[in-house]
Amino acid sequence: MNRREFAKLSLAAGAMGITGFPLGITRSAGQAGGTLNTIIQPEPPILVTALNQQQPTLTLGGKIYESLLRYDFDLKPLPGLAQSWEVSEDRKTYTFKLYPNITFHDGTPLTADDVIFSVTKLLPETHARARGIFVRVESAEAPDPLTVVFKLKTPFAPFLGAFDCTTAPIVPKHIYEGTDYRKNPANQKAIGCGPFKLKEWVRGSHVHLVKHEGYYRPGEPHLDEIIYRVIPDAASRSVALEQGTVQLTQWSDVEAFDVQRLAQLPNVSMTTKGYELFAPHQWLELNNRIAPMNDKRFRQAVMSAIDRKALLQRVYFGLGKVATGPVSSKTRFYEKDVKQYEYSLDKAKALLDDMGLKPGPDGKRVSIPYLVPPYGEIYQRAAEFIRQSLGRVGIDVQLQGTDIAGWAEKCGNWDFSMTMNLVYQLGDPAIGVSRTYISSNIRKGVLFSNTAGYSNPEVDRLFEEAAVATSDDKRQELYSAVQKILVEDVPIVWLIEQDYPNFTDKRLKNVITTAIGVHETFGAVSFG
Amino acid sequence: MSMSASAVSGGRGAAIVLPIVGWVAKFVGVVLVIATFNFILVHAAPGDPVQVIASQSGAADAKLLAQLRAEYGLDKPYPVQLAIYLKRVVTLDLGYSYRQQRPVRALIAERLPATLLLTATAFLIALTAGVVLGVLAGVRAGRWSDTLLTIVSLLLYAMPVFWLGLMLVLLFSVKLDWLPAFGYVTIGVEMSPLQRLGDIAAHLVLPATSLAAVYLAIYARLTRSSVIEVMHQDFIKTARSKGLTQGNIIARHILRNAILPVVTVAGMQAGALVGGAVVIETVFAWPGLGRLIYDAVLQRDYPVMLGIFLVMSVIVIVLNLITDAIYRLIDPRVALRAAS
Repeated sequence: MNRREFAKLSLAAGAMGITGFPLGITRSAGQAGGTLNTIIQPEPPILVTALNQQQPTLTLGGKIYESLLRYDFDLKPLPGLAQSWEVSEDRKTYTFKLYPNITFHDGTPLTADDVIFSVTKLLPETHARARGIFVRVESAEAPDPLTVVFKLKTPFAPFLGAFDCTTAPIVPKHIYEGTDYRKNPANQKAIGCGPFKLKEWVRGSHVHLVKHEGYYRPGEPHLDEIIYRVIPDAASRSVALEQGTVQLTQWSDVEAFDVQRLAQLPNVSMTTKGYELFAPHQWLELNNRIAPMNDKRFRQAVMSAIDRKALLQRVYFGLGKVATGPVSSKTRFYEKDVKQYEYSLDKAKALLDDMGLKPGPDGKRVSIPYLVPPYGEIYQRAAEFIRQSLGRVGIDVQLQGTDIAGWAEKCGNWDFSMTMNLVYQLGDPAIGVSRTYISSNIRKGVLFSNTAGYSNPEVDRLFEEAAVATSDDKRQELYSAVQKILVEDVPIVWLIEQDYPNFTDKRLKNVITTAIGVHETFGAVSFG
Repeated sequence: MSMSASAVSGGRGAAIVLPIVGWVAKFVGVVLVIATFNFILVHAAPGDPVQVIASQSGAADAKLLAQLRAEYGLDKPYPVQLAIYLKRVVTLDLGYSYRQQRPVRALIAERLPATLLLTATAFLIALTAGVVLGVLAGVRAGRWSDTLLTIVSLLLYAMPVFWLGLMLVLLFSVKLDWLPAFGYVTIGVEMSPLQRLGDIAAHLVLPATSLAAVYLAIYARLTRSSVIEVMHQDFIKTARSKGLTQGNIIARHILRNAILPVVTVAGMQAGALVGGAVVIETVFAWPGLGRLIYDAVLQRDYPVMLGIFLVMSVIVIVLNLITDAIYRLIDPRVALRAAS
C-alpha cells in the first residue's frame, strides 16, 4: 500500500466513524484481511482465562473468550454477547438477552445454559476475582435459549460491571460440565466463542490465532490472523516495534524509559487509554502492624516526604498521574476533595518530632527495610528515589532484593516492613478498592488482601454499606466519606495512578476502544 | 603363554561386562544422589509457587491458594514429596507441570532440540575457530599477528554475552538488515523444507556467534599457550630435523599433543554452555531449554525445575564419558594407563 492509498483508506474509515454505531448489531467498518503481529510477555501457562487470570493469559485469551458485556472508557456497559439487558427496580434481578447465532469454536451453538454454567458453576470454582461477585447469585434461569436471568441474594451494585471478558469469560458447558476443570484435556485447545481461535502454540516462540469463521458479528473479525510472539528481552521488544516486526505493544512490553523515544517513530502512535477497568494504583505499602508505621503521624510524614510529582516525572517518565487517595481518578466514585499532602520536608520532620522519633547522632531516626518488588527496572529506580526522599527526613531505608516468588511470599505473609505494590481498581470500589482496607479481608497468605493490616470499624461499615446501596448517589456519598477517612489515616502511601503505553501501527483501526483496551476481543480491529 | 582361547575371551568378556555393570550402577547412583540434592535445593529456596500465580493474577483468595496447593502436591510433607519424586525418577517419569498444564517430559522434549542446536553450533564454532586461532597465534608467538589475536580474544572474553548479542543485533539486523533479530524461524510463512532449513540457519547465526564468543576466546588462549609449550619439546626438534614440513609438524605433532588440555576444558564446559544459553535465548527469543528453566525458577515450577536439572545432569555425565572416549582416541597412553 503506498502512501496515497493509505490516506484514502484512513479518510474512508474516518467518514464511516462519523456515522457512529447505533446500539445493536451492525457491520463494523474496516478492511478485511491481514495479520496482526504483536507481543505476549511473559508467555502464559495456558490460554483458558476462566482457569488462569495472569496478565498475559487475559490479554491473549480475550481474543478467544468473550463475555456478555463490554465497557466504554467511562465503564458504562455496551453490548457484548448480550444485545440488551435489564435491571429490576429492587436491583436484585438482572436479565440478559443474547445475540442469536453465537457459536463456539467447535461449532456448537452458545446458549443461555453455557452462560449460567460459566457464571454459577465454573467461575466461582476457578476464578478468585469472579468468585467474590458471583457467589452472590441466588438463582439463575434460562426462560429461553437466548435469555439469562440472574437473581441476587441481596443487591450488589457492581454486579453489572462484572461481565467483561477478563472477569466472566463464557466457556462451553458441554466440554466442562462434570469434569475436573483444571485437568480437562480440552484446556489445551482453548475453545471459546471469541472472534479468534487457537491454531498453533509453539511454546517459547509464538501463539498463532486465526479467524473464527462462525463469529456472530457480521463481517467480523476483519483480521485473518493474530500472531502473539514471545519476546523476553525488553531491548529486543523495542527493536521489534522499530522494525515493524510487531504492530502492537501493551502493558510493559516497552519499558517506560523507551517510551518517549519510540513515540517519535513515524509509523506508530501511542495511547495510554484502555486500562480504565484495571486502573493500576502504584503505592508504597507500610506494614501497619509494626512500629513506627503503626502510628498515623509516621505514615503522614512519609506521604509528605516523597515528592510524588518528581517521582512521576523522573522515574515514570510522566506516564501517569499523582494519586490522591485510595480510589483512582480514572474510575467511578472518585472523591477529589480530600486532605492534600503537599511535598514538605519540614512538615514531615515536624510530624516525626511530634511522635518523639528524634534523630540520633548520625541523623537517622529509624531504620526500615524495604522489599524491592522484582518487576523490572522501574521498581528498582522508584525504590532508590524513595530511599533518598525518606533519607532526607531521617528515615533510613534499606533496600532488599528478591525474586517474584520471594516477594509474593513475604508480602502475602505480612513478612515485610515497606514494599511497593501495584493493585488494580477493577472498575468498582466494592471489588478493587475495599479489599485493601477492610478488616474482614485481613487474611494471611493471600496477596492483594488487606496485607498492610489496617483496621477501622467506621471504614468497614462505610465500605459494606456502599457495596449494597442501590443508588449511585448514595454510593458516592458513602465512598466520599470513606475516602476522606482513609486519606487522613494513610494506611497506604498512594503514589501514582500508573499509565501503560499501547503502541499501535498507524494503519491499525479500532484497537483500543473499551475500558479493557488490549484485552478486548479485537473482532473490529483492522488494517485500514 | 598357554591360555586357552575361550579363557582369554571369557576374561575379556568379564573385563568388559563388569565395568559396564559397575558403571551403570554408578550412573544410577549418581543420578539419584543428584536428584535428591536437587529436590532439597529447590525446596530450600524461599518462595511459594502458589503465591507467584496469585501475584500475577491481580486477585487471590484462600480458596484458590488451597486448591492450587493440593493440585501441585504441595500440601504433603517434604519427605513424602521427596519419596514420590524419587519413585518417579526411577520410573523415568519427570512429573507434570500444573502451572503449564503439561507433562514435564513433553515440555523438555519440545525445547531441547532448539537448545541443542544452538549450543552445539556455538560449541563447534568456538572449538574450531578457537583452536585454529590459538594455533596460529601459538606458532607466531611474540609477533604482531599473535598480539592482535591475543587482544581480540581478550576482548571477546571480557565482553558480556548479552551486550555482544545486542550489539550484533544493532549492526546486522537494525542497521544492515542482513539477519533476523530474534526468533528461530520466520512465523506465518509457507516454506519448503530446504527454505525452512536456510531460514533457521539465518536465525541461528547471531545467537550462536554471541554464545560462541566467550568460549572461542578461552579455547584460543588455551590452545596458544599449550602450543607454545609443546613447540619447545624435544620431539618437535626431532621432527624438524627429520625434515618434516611445518604443516605436517603442526597437524600431527604439535596439535595432537597441545589439544589435550583443550579437550579437558571443553568437555567440562559443554555443560556450562547450556547454562550460558539462558541469556542468549532471552536476548534472541530463542525457544530453548534455558528460558524454560529461567521461567520455571522464577515461578518456582518445581516439577519443571527438577526435570531440567535431572536432564542436564544426565547430559553432563554423558558428555564427560564422551570426553573420556575422545581422550583415549587422541592419546593412546590414556587407555594404556587406564588398563594397567
